Amino acid sequence: MRKQFVSTLIDIANHDDRVVLLTADLGFMVLEPFAEHHPDRFFNVGVAEANMMSLAAGMAHEGLIPFCYSIATFASMRGYEQFRNGAVLHQLPVRIVGIGGGFAYGTAGPTHHALEDIALMRVQPGVGIVAPADDGQVDRALRDHYARPQPMYLRLAKETASHPELAGRFHWGRLEVIGDGDIAIVAIGSMTGVALEVRRRLQAEGIQTAVAVAASIAPAPTDDLVALLASKSACITIEDHRPIGGLGSLVAETIAGHGLGVRLIRSGVTDPVGETTGSEAFLRRRNGLDVDGLMAAVRRVALVPA
Amino acid sequence: MTGGTTARTLSSVRVRRLIIEQSKRAHVGHIGSALSVADILVALFSGTVDPEVDVFILSKGHAALAQYCVLAELGLITHEMLDTYCGDDTQLGVHPDHTLAGITFSTGSLGHGPSLGAGVALAKRIAGRPGRVFVLMSDAELNEGSVWEAVMFAGHHRLDNLTVILDNNGQQALAPTAEVINLAGVDQLVQTLGWESRRVDGHNVDALTIAFEARAPGRPLFMIADTVAGKGVSFMERQVKWHYLPVDDAQFALALSEIG
Repeated sequence: MRKQFVSTLIDIANHDDRVVLLTADLGFMVLEPFAEHHPDRFFNVGVAEANMMSLAAGMAHEGLIPFCYSIATFASMRGYEQFRNGAVLHQLPVRIVGIGGGFAYGTAGPTHHALEDIALMRVQPGVGIVAPADDGQVDRALRDHYARPQPMYLRLAKETASHPELAGRFHWGRLEVIGDGDIAIVAIGSMTGVALEVRRRLQAEGIQTAVAVAASIAPAPTDDLVALLASKSACITIEDHRPIGGLGSLVAETIAGHGLGVRLIRSGVTDPVGETTGSEAFLRRRNGLDVDGLMAAVRRVALVPA
Repeated sequence: MTGGTTARTLSSVRVRRLIIEQSKRAHVGHIGSALSVADILVALFSGTVDPEVDVFILSKGHAALAQYCVLAELGLITHEMLDTYCGDDTQLGVHPDHTLAGITFSTGSLGHGPSLGAGVALAKRIAGRPGRVFVLMSDAELNEGSVWEAVMFAGHHRLDNLTVILDNNGQQALAPTAEVINLAGVDQLVQTLGWESRRVDGHNVDALTIAFEARAPGRPLFMIADTVAGKGVSFMERQVKWHYLPVDDAQFALALSEIG
């Protein structure tokens, strides 16, 4: 997704000279093509995320559209107050690009695991939050929405991904729903691959599920969620994020706010602080965020009706 | 503010009187800070800052009352609006709000202004647009790490359209700056980091006006304005407590009589 982001942004910048790319000294072997195409609009600000956020607000005030690139933890947290008092308070088109949501940085350890970034961004008013499931959604979301007037947080996975079922669809404030069934699986970002694989396996067992990809977290896909969940017996959310404040919370708020009777299981990161680290695959498995874990969660609700 | 649009000539005495009157009426403090920057603002808005192309950022947002008084004197806001200072449903809070005419950025959390200013300055350069960026910050703001991120960035990128003015009154919320974090040598430090450092009497409007004309090609300008917190009111000068206290009736009368 990183490479798709850069490739699409180069193309956009070819046509729109308001676009600038800032990085807090990250993006080795990723950002170079942008720097080569647009050297006058690429700035490595150094290891200084707080400064990057206020610089971006200042630049956006002057009519530019700055993208601020770093690892998701640093991008979302180190300059959080600068983002709040700058881009959010003044509603400026600053884009934070957080790379490696969830456990993408695996063995780099907990300082590099972005498990609360969505929660932090959701509580800020007027911030668009986009967490694409694959490269196609990265491309579509950027092309269609890069110039929106409000600030945005883009949560991107490191690795490339492609889900033919999505066919690159992305709609602001909407869900992309694949298939139908009595049970809904609502997935975010790179959890989409897990959800789609679970859907295929359950289909073979005769259990039908609808997979809803929530790439637009803010604005929340409220209408689509209500329509989707009105007829479901159970909903399972899956996110590489703490269950509080992220996708699971969003769906819970929607269910409660609309008086829906659907049962909700929230799969997310439940590791206590201080756990050992490991690869992304290992950490996902330990938190039930892999195919086996999600299969087990769906089976539990499928076998034990509410 | 310039070139014939000036509603009237700014006067430091008028601005100081308004500061005292408004803080008395609203029963709100931060008087010491407002008096400290009064002459700097008078100098800046008597022709230095061209509102058509320049950007001013009050990084030390807690001195906003002084800026409101200047805006009212310039006719950018009415005196009736000034009278809403710190009332309910007002745009004139203790810290400045960008929705108010004449305010570019909402501030109040310290250490943001230099980075915002560097961003504006860089954007102007990218777009090939004229204009200078003036950031007025407090000396205690130098405690904030983000200030140094901005100082390093602006020095490295040779943002010579950026001027930071340090309101060097030697005081912060709880104690003199020298007792909290000693800032001696900051002029040499910023010079080392690619800035042009200058020093000026922060209460001499003519000297300030001349100082602001200085430009150093390839170097952002760091103007250390030596000031006195509470300047103009003897019992407030260099008194840490006047960072927070409002005035009572007797102090109000005495303050106005001293300001003249």
